[in-house]
Amino acid sequence: MSELQRPIHEFSGGLDLPGHKAQSTGRPIATAPLGQHFVVPLQQHIGEPTEPLVAVGDRVLTGQVIARAQDYISAPVHAPCSGTVAAIGDHAIPHPSGLQAACIVIDSDGADTWTELPEPWPDFMDRDPAELRERIRWAGIVGLGGAGFPTSVKVNPGPELPIHTLILNAAECEPYITCDDMLMREQADRILAGLAVIRHVVGASECLIGIEANKPDAIAAMRAAVVSSGCPDTHVMVVPAKYPSGGEKQLIQLLTGLEVPSQGLPAQIGVLCQNVATAAAVADAVLAGKPMLERVVTVSGQGVAEPGNFRVRLGTRMADVVALAGGYTDRVHRLILGGPMMGFALPSDELPITKTANCLLAASAAEIPDPPPALPCIRYGRCAEVCPALLLPQQLYWHARARDLDKTQDFNLFDCIECGCCAHVCPSHIPLVQYYRYAKTAIWSQERDKARADIARRRHEFRQERLARLEAERKARLRKKKEALDAQPKGAADPKKAAIEAAMKRVAAKKAAAAQQQPEN
Amino acid sequence: MEFATSSSPHISGSQSVSRVMAEVLLALVPGIVALIWFFGWGVLINIVIAAIAALTAEAAVLKLRGRPVLRTLGDLSALVTAVLLGLALPPTLPWWLTVLGVVFAIVIAKQLYGGLGYNPFNPAMAGYVLLLVSFPLDMTRWLPPAEVAQHTLDFADSLRLILTGSMPSGMTWDAMTGATPLDQMRTGLDMNRMIHEIRESPLWGSVGAVGWEWVAGLYLAGGLYLVWRKIISWHIPAGMLGGLFVIALLFNMIDAHTHPSPLFHLFSGATMLGAFFIATDPVSAATTNRGKLIYGALIGILVFVIRTYGGYPDAVAFAVLLMNMAAPTIDYYTQPRAFGHRKDGNG
Ligand code: SF4
Ligand code: SF4
Repeated sequence: MSELQRPIHEFSGGLDLPGHKAQSTGRPIATAPLGQHFVVPLQQHIGEPTEPLVAVGDRVLTGQVIARAQDYISAPVHAPCSGTVAAIGDHAIPHPSGLQAACIVIDSDGADTWTELPEPWPDFMDRDPAELRERIRWAGIVGLGGAGFPTSVKVNPGPELPIHTLILNAAECEPYITCDDMLMREQADRILAGLAVIRHVVGASECLIGIEANKPDAIAAMRAAVVSSGCPDTHVMVVPAKYPSGGEKQLIQLLTGLEVPSQGLPAQIGVLCQNVATAAAVADAVLAGKPMLERVVTVSGQGVAEPGNFRVRLGTRMADVVALAGGYTDRVHRLILGGPMMGFALPSDELPITKTANCLLAASAAEIPDPPPALPCIRYGRCAEVCPALLLPQQLYWHARARDLDKTQDFNLFDCIECGCCAHVCPSHIPLVQYYRYAKTAIWSQERDKARADIARRRHEFRQERLARLEAERKARLRKKKEALDAQPKGAADPKKAAIEAAMKRVAAKKAAAAQQQPEN
Repeated sequence: MEFATSSSPHISGSQSVSRVMAEVLLALVPGIVALIWFFGWGVLINIVIAAIAALTAEAAVLKLRGRPVLRTLGDLSALVTAVLLGLALPPTLPWWLTVLGVVFAIVIAKQLYGGLGYNPFNPAMAGYVLLLVSFPLDMTRWLPPAEVAQHTLDFADSLRLILTGSMPSGMTWDAMTGATPLDQMRTGLDMNRMIHEIRESPLWGSVGAVGWEWVAGLYLAGGLYLVWRKIISWHIPAGMLGGLFVIALLFNMIDAHTHPSPLFHLFSGATMLGAFFIATDPVSAATTNRGKLIYGALIGILVFVIRTYGGYPDAVAFAVLLMNMAAPTIDYYTQPRAFGHRKDGNG
């Protein structure tokens, strides 16, 4: 192992945040008992929704695909238990705007009878990457670090973007969250096996495992696993505990010194990032033939009695997970899904655990106080010092507030990763990130409108064109007819026409004669 | 169970506007104590008058504008303006001039532009310049430091002088007050005297002038404290002191008889106060790091130019106000390169 020779680079900005990690690492990961009702959202990933394959009343088995991916960027959903489909319809899901969305509700029969699973592939090294990608896709695996982008798509950047470095994102830089930390301590081998599969799929020549320095146990476990697995060119690299070291672009910079181009993909610089839990899920899919049915969820904060990590089937009610952690204390004030920096506040705990739910933070008012009233920006500039994207947050804020959307783009709004560092240090307590989200959404909807208008315009133009064409054709036909008429010899003029002409001449002559006589009257 | 929601990030640092301002006030204390030590109680009386005037004026305007009064006063920004202006004023200034300067600073320079955060000019310096331009005589009368003064004013004397304008018996303005060292330097130079001749007067200390060099040193210390506490970034002070030092050094090397040493410039007048407490006022300064360096350096150079060729003895206030006007432009041209916009595309 040559960790010592590999320099750790730096990213600019960032914050030293109190980690609050020890609260939830006191006990090993506990496996939650099987619940009675499961609410499985049809969409738990970024991309296209899935299409249900079951109907109300159907019997399903654990691991059975109950909704299939309709599109390339999508991920199927599996039954987390055996039982009966009780309902298919809208149900509240964990979403920043408190949305309802289509879910399949399953009543468990308590037996947890598994469906027939595909065969395990311990020989994955001899298999074609396309075959492995198909397996990962079948397993419904998405990025479990939070974003939820379908993994089968991510590991297929295409032949024009060769990957040389595979990075395992084990930084887990958000305070309170420890699910990756605990998974590494307990199942380092499984994670490394998944990493080996992904590495084979993308053909990376080396693997870098980036872990924040505040997880010594996980670092030791991963180092030992790397040695015992004999994976070549795999390095555990310890990065300083500085938020947001686990941001994809930041971690890539820390480990390789490379900068992901603005609004580009890591694959453009030959790098691919995968999360710890994602790697473990890939190992299950390929080496055990198991789809993604469960995940580890951290439950922490002063608002729960016994914080810890729990292995939970997807679709389990959050309130049940909190109950496993000893239930709420009377100090509970906010419920956050994710970490305190980038997570979002949930209006209720009657929501299902989804693939991307890494942490339930039941915080006390001391941990997450109500936001103080915002004061005017004093252009104090602390925000710019901590921005890891090297933006000028205050200028973004001024322009977003003034709804000057073009200016926000001049100031690179879309390079903002919404890490919240700027708002965290702002002495005026301005909810800066909220303004950026507003501006981004406004720009997107503007572009959608524009796209829609473009389509309408094109449709209109097409119609105009068609009308013009029809008109031209009609004229052409007329012209042809006329030409055909003109082409007839003059002498053979229509006798009828000649008669009319003669008659008109007579009338004209009479009129002229009458006119000449008039003055004499 | 139901919960209230809010938007991320859900935790914020301990910083608040009032804490920033309180730290600034704290950092000013050593300099103020030295100022009182050398120049008497008048300094403190000025500061108190300025503070009362500032808070009253701000409260009145807030009331008229229908804004929350107590919460806004609590951000302490008006107090900082008052203290900065108060300690820049001569310790014998009639009270109503102090009030006039402060009211102008708060009402016109700050609140008329929309209050904290919207003022394009540094309010304290706007008030100072108004007074200097309108009442040059009163504004340039300084007391000699206590060590070399023949007469000193006790607290009662100072208070009476400031409030009623009456001198202790048997004293005249001429006997009691004099020009500031910077003033002396320029009048001396104007009369074609050499610097070493000018410096023979007992007013002069080792780098600057007696008393003043101490005050400047303590402002420097307070300023470094603010940098250390990350209340201000180092860029503006470094730019300003560096700019002033370099240009003063150049001229001093050309002719040391008619151009005082760079250290004299750094430790005289309002240089240190300006570098750490006035030019750094974030609302009216440049905000990008490169911009701050340029902004500071230009202030430093302007200070030298105005001190050397201008019509006023000290130049910090003018230099800062001039650069306030340039700050938005500097910002525009010094935007940092955002992440992922590197030209060569990699490390
Ligand atoms: S930290 Fe807040 S107050 Fe300071 S410049 Fe940024 S937005 Fe404005
Ligand atoms: S939220 Fe955006 S602007 Fe603010 S620090 Fe993060 S990347 Fe920079």
